[in-house]
Amino acid sequence: MTEPMVPRQVEIDDFSLRRARRRSLVEVGVLYGACVVAALTLAAMLVAVSGGSWVEVLGALIDGSVRKPGRIGATVGTTVPILVVALGAIVSAKAGLVNIGQEGQLLVGAALCTYVALRTPGPGVLVLVVALVAGGVGGALWAGIAAMLRYRRGVPEVLTTLLLVTVAVQLVGYGLKHESLLLAPSGERAARNQVSAQLEADTRLPRVAWFGNEWPSSALIAVVAAVAVAFVFARTLPGMRVRMLGRNPKVAQRVGVDAARYGTAAMLVSGGFAGFAGALMLVGGDFGNYQLVPGFAVDIGWTGLLVALVARERALVAIPMAFVFGALRTGSGFVAATGVERRVTDVVQALLVLALLLPPAILYVRERRRAAAAIAVRV
Amino acid sequence: MVDFLNACVDVLTDEAAIGAAARFAAVLAFVATGEWVAERAGTLNISVEGMMLAGAFAAAVGLDASGSMWMALGCGVAAGVAVAVPQAEMSHRLPADQFVVGLTLNILVLGVAGFLDAELDLVTHRAGSVEVPLLVDLPWVGPALFGQPWPFYLLYPLVLSAWWAMYRSRWGLEVRSVGEDPQAADVSGVDVNRRRRQAVCVAGATSGLGGAYLLVGQVGRFSDGMVGGRGFIAIAAVIFGGWTLRGAIGGCVLFGAVLSFRLTLPQLGYDAVNTEILQAAPYLVTIVVMAVSARRVRPPAALAQPFLRGLK
Repeated sequence: MTEPMVPRQVEIDDFSLRRARRRSLVEVGVLYGACVVAALTLAAMLVAVSGGSWVEVLGALIDGSVRKPGRIGATVGTTVPILVVALGAIVSAKAGLVNIGQEGQLLVGAALCTYVALRTPGPGVLVLVVALVAGGVGGALWAGIAAMLRYRRGVPEVLTTLLLVTVAVQLVGYGLKHESLLLAPSGERAARNQVSAQLEADTRLPRVAWFGNEWPSSALIAVVAAVAVAFVFARTLPGMRVRMLGRNPKVAQRVGVDAARYGTAAMLVSGGFAGFAGALMLVGGDFGNYQLVPGFAVDIGWTGLLVALVARERALVAIPMAFVFGALRTGSGFVAATGVERRVTDVVQALLVLALLLPPAILYVRERRRAAAAIAVRV
Repeated sequence: MVDFLNACVDVLTDEAAIGAAARFAAVLAFVATGEWVAERAGTLNISVEGMMLAGAFAAAVGLDASGSMWMALGCGVAAGVAVAVPQAEMSHRLPADQFVVGLTLNILVLGVAGFLDAELDLVTHRAGSVEVPLLVDLPWVGPALFGQPWPFYLLYPLVLSAWWAMYRSRWGLEVRSVGEDPQAADVSGVDVNRRRRQAVCVAGATSGLGGAYLLVGQVGRFSDGMVGGRGFIAIAAVIFGGWTLRGAIGGCVLFGAVLSFRLTLPQLGYDAVNTEILQAAPYLVTIVVMAVSARRVRPPAALAQPFLRGLK
């Protein structure tokens, strides 16, 4: 009679477990804090080297983003498209795809939205809804090119999504030169301006005046979308399949998740969000004057992508992150008054992202090292 | 259609047009050489774009400060490596995603270069042309290959030494093994992530040089949009070439020619071609060419996969 093999239990008393947990919490906090402080210090040094005062710059940033009257509403208006783009980037990242062409997808979405909004007859609300959907479709189509090339022809989507950004810019530029496409009729614009006609007043998203701020109603849509994305990935079967595809394609294949089908779907949704963000920018009124202009995307696509990276694929975390990046953006308008080039905020953004990338990576390595040490002790 | 063919023939026979194509191709070739090394080691290094911009900016600063071309090129190389080090450390010492790091570095470099460019007032100029005696008299390609701004000629030793290092040295063998089968390389005693970091730094050096060449050999004046996606086109050239050096250089020549159309077609009198198509052409051609060629070639087996010992 042999005893069945029982794995040896490692005894951990309650006290040491709690201590270990507290230590790891402290470790995480200290790491994140140190990295963010390092990033901000670097940015402050850059400002100091160029002869500015970082205290003034910081003051201007806060003034421009929240403190001055009416600025919170402006910041929320900027946050909305950033958040929506970020949600799209999260969807593709969950599927293990690297979609980094949101800037182009957003532009195509905005262009299609403009086209549809200006040509569809009917009651304003209906036109508005159709135009918003058209924006999403435009972005999805543009991302779909990259998805098709990836799954039909084996071209890495990293490159195609990037290269398609430039193509999108030229495509929309072409559209803005021809009256049959996007260009406003010659009576409605200055002679050489390449802009589209303005949207009709009843096809714009309403803005709510409240507490001295103008709040864009698109904010509600964006938050609902964030919750929906979080729900789909946490609680539904398709969401889990997409996650599986991203985390371990081999397992996904064994279980019967079709990589091409779910990957393409994730890519389409991702581009759709970017295009929808473009449409929201157009009908929301925070960007430009309810009309399409050259360079309409103004880096919102890139910023949204950065937000998704910082949020590390969590849709709800993206909401505050998008607000921070939106605030940096609206604040940057006030920085010029301090005599410092406003592009310093671009540097701050990128440094912040790099800083927030570091802690999880460091923690992962330390965790592995600890686990390896524990195994070595037991053997 | 006939017009299009005529245009193609004109571009291929006009000496000035070939020269312009060679200059565009040279920028790509500097970058693609290093990117090829990095990709053979397993990094699809999208921060080349940032490395080029950093190289171009540092070259402008170096030239402005010292007035010496060598100084400019040296600064370019140093700046490229300075971008490569965080990329290498974060994606091949820490397990951060290489695309995420690369993209962020691109945006960071764009921000820093744009910010400093607005603060500084850089005075730069182009390097003078040097003609290689005898060789420049070769028909058809002579002036294009041997009558260029002198930093152009650094390309020849660079490509040759990259080939030698990768195919004839122990280091190169290890780099290639690391990109094909990191587990096997690891068991054989190769420090996988170390080799990958070195390969990324090589990419940084040549891309920085490529950016510096773009500044002193071609454009002559810094602007933050001067790189404008050329790094990505260089990556496409490596893929197009099936991860061989020969093929990558071939890809550079092809994409360089398409890039030069924007400049040469109007000069040759084809101003009817619409500007948007000309602007988008290099990117469209890149996408189409990759769609045709990507399936015919085999990428390094561990391309874009992080290596952690014990994880497969």
